[in-house]
Amino acid sequence: MATQTKRSTRGKNKKPEATPDELLKFYKDMLLIRRFEEKAGQLYGMGLIGGFCHLYIGQEAVVVGIQSIANPQDTLITSYRDHGHMLACGMDPDGVMAELTGREGGYSKGKGGSMHMFSKDKGFYGGHGIVGAQIPLGTGLAFGHKYNEDGGVNFAYMGDGAVNQGQVYEAFNMAALWKLPVVYVIENNQYGMGTSLERASSNTNLYERGAAHGIPGIQVNGMSVLEVREAAKEAAEKCRRGEGPIILEMKTYRYRGHSMSDPAKYRAKEEVQKIRSESDPIDYVRALLTEGGHADEATLKEIDKEIKAVVTKSADFAQTSPEPAESELWTDVLVDA
Amino acid sequence: MPIEILMPALSPTMEEGNLAKWCKAEGDTVESGDVIAEIETDKATMEVEAVDEGVLGKILIPEGTQNVKVNELIALLLDEGEEASAVENYSAGSTSSSVSAEPAPAETEATAAPTASAAPVAVQEDAYDGPTEEMTVRQALNTALFEEFRRDEKVLVMGEEVAEYQGAYKITQGLLDEFGAKRVVDTPITEIGFTGVGVGAAWSGLKPIVEFMTFNFAMQAIDHIINSAAKTLYMSGGEISCPIVFRGCNGAAARVAAQHSQCYASWYAHCPGLKVVAPYSAEDAKGLLKAAVRDPNPVIVLENEVLYGKKFVCPTDEDFTIPFGKAKIERAGTDVTLVGYSISVGWALEAAEKLAEEGISAEVINLRSLRPLDTHTIIESVKKTNRLVTVEEGWAYANIGSEISSQVMEHAFDYLDAPVTRVAGADVPMPYAANLEKLALPTVPDIVAASKAVCYK
Repeated sequence: MATQTKRSTRGKNKKPEATPDELLKFYKDMLLIRRFEEKAGQLYGMGLIGGFCHLYIGQEAVVVGIQSIANPQDTLITSYRDHGHMLACGMDPDGVMAELTGREGGYSKGKGGSMHMFSKDKGFYGGHGIVGAQIPLGTGLAFGHKYNEDGGVNFAYMGDGAVNQGQVYEAFNMAALWKLPVVYVIENNQYGMGTSLERASSNTNLYERGAAHGIPGIQVNGMSVLEVREAAKEAAEKCRRGEGPIILEMKTYRYRGHSMSDPAKYRAKEEVQKIRSESDPIDYVRALLTEGGHADEATLKEIDKEIKAVVTKSADFAQTSPEPAESELWTDVLVDA
Repeated sequence: MPIEILMPALSPTMEEGNLAKWCKAEGDTVESGDVIAEIETDKATMEVEAVDEGVLGKILIPEGTQNVKVNELIALLLDEGEEASAVENYSAGSTSSSVSAEPAPAETEATAAPTASAAPVAVQEDAYDGPTEEMTVRQALNTALFEEFRRDEKVLVMGEEVAEYQGAYKITQGLLDEFGAKRVVDTPITEIGFTGVGVGAAWSGLKPIVEFMTFNFAMQAIDHIINSAAKTLYMSGGEISCPIVFRGCNGAAARVAAQHSQCYASWYAHCPGLKVVAPYSAEDAKGLLKAAVRDPNPVIVLENEVLYGKKFVCPTDEDFTIPFGKAKIERAGTDVTLVGYSISVGWALEAAEKLAEEGISAEVINLRSLRPLDTHTIIESVKKTNRLVTVEEGWAYANIGSEISSQVMEHAFDYLDAPVTRVAGADVPMPYAANLEKLALPTVPDIVAASKAVCYK
C-alpha cells in the first residue's frame, strides 16, 4: 500500500481563500480563545485557579480552523491543553471558566478541573490528563460513528509529545485496519513540556508517523487558519467517504510555558518574540480583514470589546458561582443501575 | 515391550477429551511426526502426532469415545521387530515411559462440592424457582452472551481471537455466525489500544464487552480501565457514563508460571467507579455476566479457566440475573464462617464437608461480587458462628480477605471469638514446578486446619 504522505501544498496551489464573513468569524473565535486564556492566566496568578493549567495561546488557528468544517454529529477529544477546543466547539465560556475555578457552575460541577471537561451535546469528550490516552479513546468514538452509521468523524488531537506513546500506534493500526472515520490532529508546538521535538523524536516529520500503517499524513501551517481549514476539509471528506484515518500535522507554537508553573527556560525569549511578531494567527486574519477592506479599525475594536465582555462575564461567573456542595463529594461515582 | 500411547493433555487445564478419530489403523507403520489421531477438547479439535516410530499394534480406545481422561492408555505401538502378539496380554503401566502428571490441586477439588452437602443449604430470599439445566460454566457464559446480544443491538464483543477462532477459551463460540463481524470483533494483540477503543465506543452509546484472553494481559491496559473507564463519570460531573464489561480468566490456571498466574481481584476491587464480580458456578457466571452487560457502569468479570469445564445446575430463564453486592450462602453452618469467591468457593465447600466429618459445622459464603461487597451477609454469619476464615488464591497482602477482616473488625468486633484468618496464596510469584505450584496455592487441608484453629480444635 502506498502512503500518500505529503507536505503542505501552500504556495504550490491556489492560496486558500475565505469570504469576509468567514474571516470575521475566524477572528472572533480565535480572539475569544486568546482573551479567555489570558484571563485564565490572570486568575491563576490570583490563586483562583489551582493545580495544572495549560494555556492554548498561540495555537488558536488549529482548533478554530478544524471546527469550522465540523458537522454537528462529529466528535472531538484532546489532551489537557483543552480550553481552546471547548470554546471552539461552542461550549459556554462561563461553564469552562467556572470549572477552572472549581465551582458548582463548571462543566464538571468543579470535580474535573482544567483538564477534565466534557459536553456530549457539543461532541466534546475531554480533556484527558494521561498523555496519548485520548488517541485510542478517540478511535473508539470513531468506532462508534461507524457502528452507529451516523456519518460522524472524530477529531483526535495530540501534541508532539504524545506521538511517542506506544498506544498511539496501537490505535493507528486499528483505525487503518477497520477504516475508522478519525482525523488525527498532531498539534506540533515544538516542545513536549521542556523537551524540544528534535530531542525527543528520531523522525521530526510527524505527518509521516502513520506511514507504517498506510495512513496518509499532511503537514500544515498551523498558524494559518485558512490552510488548517483546507486540510481539515480534505481529511474529513476522506473519512466520510469511508477511506479510513488521516493524520494532520499542524506546525504551531505555544507562547506560554507548558503549564502555568513552567518558566520555559528551555527556549530563548527571542524565539517566542519572533513567532509572535511574524506568525501570529490572529494578526494574520486581522491583516487579511483590514488589507482586504473587509473591516475597519472601528469594527475590529467593537469586536474586541464584545469578546472582552464575554470573557469578563465568564470570570465573574467563575468567581461568584459557589463551590460545589459537600454532598457532591459522593455523587457521580457510579450510575444508578 | 510395546510403547504406550497415552491420552495427551492439550491445554494447561484439560482433564479429559473426546477421541474423535484415529488417523492410523492397527498394523499401520507410524513415523515420528505422523498424525495418528484427532482429539477434541472443550476448546478445539487437535491433531496428535506420534513421538515414537513403530507399528500401531493395538487401539485400546475406539474413535468416537467421549470423556477419555488425560493419561489414559489409548493405544500400543510395537517397536521394530516386535511381534503383534506382544500387545495381547499387555497390562497397562508396566512401562516406564508413561508420564502421569499429578493433577494440580486447583483442578480436582471443585467438582464434588456443590451437591455433596450434608448440612442444609440456606434458602435465599430471592431464590430462583424457574427452569434449570445442567451446564458448564463455559456454556453458561456463552449462553449469557447469546441472550444479551439478542436483547440489545448495541452489545458487541471485542478482543483477541473472539470471532473467527471462536474464542481462545470458546466463551464466544458461535457468536460470529449469528451476529457477524460488526458485533464480534477480532482485535490485534494490542491490549491498551483495544481497551481504549472499547471505552471510547462505550462513551458513544455502545455496550462493548472487552475480552482479555486472560487478565494477566490487562495489566497493559489498566490505565484505560481505571483512568478512562472508572473515573470519567466523576470527572465529568455525571456527564459521561461508561457502560462496558471487561471479562476474561483471572488467577492461576495450571503450570503456566508467574506471568500467567495472578489474581487481580484486589487490584480492581480497590477502585471506586468500578464494579467487580467473580463467578464460581454456572449460575453465578450466567447471572453475573448478564447483569454486567445490563449495568450502566464499567464492570470487571473475573472468570476462572479451571472452572470453565465444571458442570453445575444453571437457571435457563433469559431474564435471570444476579444482583451485584449480594453474596450467596452456599452451605449453612454454625461453628465457623468460610468466605470465598470464584474457585475458592469450591475449596471451601470441600473443606466444609471434611470439617463436618469432624463435627465442625462450617457456613460457606460465595461472595459473587467483590465491589460492592456484601458485608451484611458476612457480618450476620459471623454473629452466628463467631469465627471467620477467608479463602482466596491471590496473595494475602492487601487482598479481599484483608478488607473483609477490616470490615468484620469494624462492625462485628464483639462477636469474634478468634482472630480472623486468611487462607491465601503464598507471597511469591507463581512457580512453574508442579510441586512448588501446589505449595503456592491454598488447599483444602489448609482451610480445614485454619478452621480448626479458629475453633480451638
